[in-house]
Amino acid sequence: MKFFFFHLMPYAALDLAEAAKFKSVSVLLPNSLYDPVQGHALYNRYLDEMEYADQLGFDGVCVNEHHQTPYGLMPTPGVTAGALSQRTRRAKIAVLGRALPLLNNPLTVAEEFAMLDNITGGRLIAGFVRGIGAEYHAWGANPANSHERFHEAHDLILRAWTETGPFAFEGKHYQFQYVNPWPRPYQQPHPPIWIPSQGSRETIEWACDPKRKYVYLQTFSPVAAVAKYMAMYKDEAAKRGYEAAPTQLGWAVPAYVAETDAQAYREAKPHIENFFNRFLRMPPEMLLPPGYLSYESMKGVMKSKASITGGGRTIDDLLKSGMFLCGSAATVRQQIENHQKQIGFGYLLTMLQFATLPHELTKRSSEIFAREVIPGLRHLAEEPAPAEAR
Amino acid sequence: MTVESRHTFEQIAGCRVSMLRGGVGDPLLFLHGGGGAGRWLPFMGQLADKFEVIVPEHPGFGLSETPAWLDNIGDVAYFYLDFIDALKLKNIHLVGNSLGGWIASEIAVRDQHPFRTVALVAPAGIRVDGTPPADIFLWSREELTRNLFYNQELAEAALNAPMSEEEQNIQLRNSITMAKLAWQPRLNSPDLKKWLHRIHVPTLIVWGDSDRLIPPAYGPAFQSLIPSSRLEVIPQCGHLPHVERTAEFVSALTNFIEADRS
Repeated sequence: MKFFFFHLMPYAALDLAEAAKFKSVSVLLPNSLYDPVQGHALYNRYLDEMEYADQLGFDGVCVNEHHQTPYGLMPTPGVTAGALSQRTRRAKIAVLGRALPLLNNPLTVAEEFAMLDNITGGRLIAGFVRGIGAEYHAWGANPANSHERFHEAHDLILRAWTETGPFAFEGKHYQFQYVNPWPRPYQQPHPPIWIPSQGSRETIEWACDPKRKYVYLQTFSPVAAVAKYMAMYKDEAAKRGYEAAPTQLGWAVPAYVAETDAQAYREAKPHIENFFNRFLRMPPEMLLPPGYLSYESMKGVMKSKASITGGGRTIDDLLKSGMFLCGSAATVRQQIENHQKQIGFGYLLTMLQFATLPHELTKRSSEIFAREVIPGLRHLAEEPAPAEAR
Repeated sequence: MTVESRHTFEQIAGCRVSMLRGGVGDPLLFLHGGGGAGRWLPFMGQLADKFEVIVPEHPGFGLSETPAWLDNIGDVAYFYLDFIDALKLKNIHLVGNSLGGWIASEIAVRDQHPFRTVALVAPAGIRVDGTPPADIFLWSREELTRNLFYNQELAEAALNAPMSEEEQNIQLRNSITMAKLAWQPRLNSPDLKKWLHRIHVPTLIVWGDSDRLIPPAYGPAFQSLIPSSRLEVIPQCGHLPHVERTAEFVSALTNFIEADRS
């Protein structure tokens, strides 16, 4: 199994009492609450944490794109990835991902990812997402066109990477007389593509298609949902005539490790509760703008009233549902092993810094995870994948 | 006296469109707002005393289909020109509220020959610099309902009315089509302002003085862009004058149309 170090780069200095006065922490929270001096320190602290993850032996570091929110300070993840290209030597750099429908020119992603791939000599993993609902408010992108724009932008980027230019592209949302990016990707035919998702049948059916076989990442979900959607991926792959390999499935989850279960619980509690209750807080209208989910998916959501942003969740709720891995190295190792054997994912993306978790705790938890959790789990999911799945 | 309606479907421009019709007389085409138009409302019944009132549900709303060609407000405007041709309507009194007022404006700048008069009731469609409309897309159903009305008893009644699963699904579809048409640019098309002066037929603009969706300042803005128009502001009234102040609305509209006839 492979282990990635996932970071959101949150604004950990957030004035939580002040933030609580606003309807949402995303989009509507005045940016006068952002202090650039604190921001400068945080950016560099977080780059140190990701550089350290490379030294600790994580297989990769993950950055991502979010807008107008203290939840994640990477509106342009290519900047972070560029810095990491010089600070890391071995780890993959996964940009998870660029929010394609928000872009007026998807060729910027084809170019940016190709640059990163060339600079790192092929250490880039290309993530494509639609962005979270709040970003459609933040960017004035139309959620009702989100799926169409995602697919069209994806197709354009893939063609830009794999077809000899210049060629013309005539889409509904994007039109170019000349598509001919310099540089081309370092990895051929193109960097690995990962698709993070909160769980959607449409996304899974698309990602598992034999001509794509993209890595599907389930993010910040109860373990039951992780199991459900990964089983769905395998079923859909089987319907399409092949067996999905563990290396097509990844789980992104916050985690914290300390000397003992009790210590881990005590140290993580305020920060993981801040993450789910404070940093992710937004009204349903912001999370799920009209059209962001298909009509059929939205009907399902309305019935279940499910949402990851409901406030008032305790660390106990999160541990019970498996949305958070926490404990001693032995406990967390056992949890992951159980989940892996049950679900069969090949990648685990641990978010070892979350919300307000301070640097020293992040560093120690990362060290214990790398030295005492990872080695005992390496052997999992390392069986050779079926030949037709490669 | 109020007149009953009948519910029909027509196939127009590849779209099966649902509509309510009632009354006899010159056609009065009512274009609904973002909330849809599934029910025959009291103002429709009253107007049907003098006109043939036709209330279609826009493509993508209510029981009408969502055609593959539906991308933007211009598509809806051209659809209604096809609709008018298909139903062979002439001497139409065109009335639109909110989104429907925006559509009515977009139709009239393209072709106003079918119309005797135009009435725009708190229409969307333009942006007044420095005075943004409310962000309806960030309101919960309760916030939206409360903000639609000046008289909060009407909001309470609307919120307390039971809603079937089918009605909830229709509301969901309506909201998706509304986003498609009005999310960005928000509730307006930047080009419309440039051409509103083309509307020469007599035009009535109606605004509630307490409209919390599209501020009353938009009334004078529309009035100044359409030389043939006059503005009527209804006191103690929100975004739906035809619902909230039915008597004043019906009388303002019929007086305006009568004045045009004489």
